[in-house]
Amino acid sequence: MLTLQFMAYSEIEHLNSDDRIKRILEVVKENKIVLLEGRLSREEEANLIQATMQQISNKFKGIELGVFENEKGDDVFINKLKKNFVKMLLGNRNGMTIIGPASIVKEIKKNPNKIELLTKESNKKRARKR
Amino acid sequence: MISFLKQFVNKILKNLFKNKKHIKLGLYGAPNSGKTTLANKICQDWLGEDMGSVSNVAHETREIQIKEQINIKHKGRELSFNLVDTPGIATRIDYEDFIKAGLKQSEAKKRAKEATKGVIDSIKWLDDMDTVIIVIDGTKDPYSQVNITIVGNLQARNIPVLIVANKIDLKKASIKKIEAAFPQYDVIGISAKYGKNVDKFYEALFVITS
Repeated sequence: MLTLQFMAYSEIEHLNSDDRIKRILEVVKENKIVLLEGRLSREEEANLIQATMQQISNKFKGIELGVFENEKGDDVFINKLKKNFVKMLLGNRNGMTIIGPASIVKEIKKNPNKIELLTKESNKKRARKR
Repeated sequence: MISFLKQFVNKILKNLFKNKKHIKLGLYGAPNSGKTTLANKICQDWLGEDMGSVSNVAHETREIQIKEQINIKHKGRELSFNLVDTPGIATRIDYEDFIKAGLKQSEAKKRAKEATKGVIDSIKWLDDMDTVIIVIDGTKDPYSQVNITIVGNLQARNIPVLIVANKIDLKKASIKKIEAAFPQYDVIGISAKYGKNVDKFYEALFVITS
């Protein structure tokens, strides 16, 4: 059975970067797929990869990560400035981040308009059908 | 706030040493994108020797490798740099994948352990780079989060980036897809293995480092 756990940004907003990453990895290591409202900072994304690598073991094979953000490129300067100010104060709540255990999520495919989450189970089924 | 201050101090320090003779040029990307193949091509062209070994099994480069004082000459201009070849950045490493690729269990486990350390080191070294070449396998999906995270982190650190779409000798390769994924950057399509378009790559290197 596939478990998706929604994590509101407010759940991690009061935590420091290390604790945010710790919290996310705790849930992922319970074999759940985290649907995080918004996104981590770029530095936090890199730190999440580093923290994942530190915890790789025979049981925990890593994560699959996908960040989806609806950034409109036609924003005027003043709107961009406003958005960046809000991001700085409240964190980035735009879009969504999917973080799943590599033992369950084989691949997160995306293009600007579509998200596909391929699980190991769906691949096995496909192979069986063949 | 602390990370903002750190970036600010880094920027000032970087500007202070802007005119130093040797820049640190990093090769970054996902495993098996062809970073070491490109490093070998550069080293063969200008030093007459290889930089590291290449393999079809992922994570062949598991330690940071540096070649110092590479001097390239192109159309009357000269550029000196230290080339840093980094282990491929991945979000998952499974020793069983190495077994499937033909390695013995003990070798596979050792390779997986070294590969995880390699990924950590690659990310740590991001702060030390003056310019970065991101090598993307032109036959693969460019929207992979690893590529996006690397680009985002370099952007946040104000480090100049050149994107190389590698393996264009293969039919499946698409430079257009990579250009569409990273419209704010120059993308040079090359085949590091066969030396295709490498002249254009050197030209772009002069532009990005000037």
